[in-house]
Amino acid sequence: MDLALRDLGEYVQAALHEVVLSVDIDRDELMLTVRREAIVRVLSFLRDDVNCQFKQLMDVCGVDYPSREDRFDVVYNLLSLTHNLRIRVKVQTDERTPVPTVTGVFSSAGWWEREAWDLYGIMFRDHPDLRRMLSDYGFEGHALRKDFPLTGYVEVRWDDEQKRIVYEPVKLMQDFRNFDFLSPWEGVQALLPGDEKAKSGEKR
Amino acid sequence: MGVIQDPKSGVVVPPSGDVDDLWKGVTDAVQEKGFLLTQLDNVVNWARAGSMWPMTFGLACCAIEMMHAYVSRYDLDRFGVVPRPSPRQSDVIIVAGTLTNKMAPAFRRVYDQMAEPRYVISMGSCANGGGYYHYSYAVVRGCDRVVPVDIYVPGCPPTAEALVYGILLLQKKIKRTGTLWR
Repeated sequence: MDLALRDLGEYVQAALHEVVLSVDIDRDELMLTVRREAIVRVLSFLRDDVNCQFKQLMDVCGVDYPSREDRFDVVYNLLSLTHNLRIRVKVQTDERTPVPTVTGVFSSAGWWEREAWDLYGIMFRDHPDLRRMLSDYGFEGHALRKDFPLTGYVEVRWDDEQKRIVYEPVKLMQDFRNFDFLSPWEGVQALLPGDEKAKSGEKR
Repeated sequence: MGVIQDPKSGVVVPPSGDVDDLWKGVTDAVQEKGFLLTQLDNVVNWARAGSMWPMTFGLACCAIEMMHAYVSRYDLDRFGVVPRPSPRQSDVIIVAGTLTNKMAPAFRRVYDQMAEPRYVISMGSCANGGGYYHYSYAVVRGCDRVVPVDIYVPGCPPTAEALVYGILLLQKKIKRTGTLWR
């Protein structure tokens, strides 16, 4: 498995050397980081090339790294049924720079890109219908960004005078409590018995 | 089941009273006199409590427990509780699960479409007060922010038994406080 992935990585890098930034294999999974502008080309290649045949786009999602200049990752997970292989393609972007949409390559990307737009505010250029996907109608902000507060900004209530649901600024009866998990009094121990086994398994 | 007035003594016998005595009194009265006297609102309450049709409103995992309560083991049909797909036919709505901000207007609309008298059972922590999602940006902190609630069933999720108990409590509440017009 590892060998097949390595071969595939080398093959893709050779074919697309001017746009592939890095090829990694981590935990038996192949991961490509590519240039943002070339994502359509990369995915078309992976879909159509006879040695790849990644005909299925399993998922598109976002990741937020607030400390980075290009704070967002867009991650595309692909599956090749023909070769029984999976590959992960990543591009980086920030709040303002749009990523080219891949709806032309995989039509299933449409809703996932809407979801990434909804929850992270990642923009997709030439997307046919870039609306919010999951959040409330008229929701403001992007909920999965690290700088979005857990409780948000508004809460709803039925107003009996106006006879409709009204939105009001959040007013919590009891503040969210941050537990100190390192404290022997307040939280669990940092190292639970048995945790050391998980670490030793990683080295394998 | 309902609250029945003993025709001889005129005492209201609660459902928990000696059922055999009550039943004997009723059959005796029917056999001797051929009729039974009680109060109109008692009959109405008895009928109301004996056929509460809940609006199907499963929102999350609590809905699974609600389904368990409907099907064979607990069989809510015994209590005249038959799930309905339309708010127009329902007397009670069981809010089973997390009520999100996006769902709140739809939920309120369903509630408004129900005919009076209508009752609300809030099932599970999320519907009672937000529960696990109390601090979430997307969840209503308790469905009583949107509709008036009659019975709160605690649990995460409550067992089917707990829901059945909640329904029985609602029956008791209807029998105790229900009037012809609410």
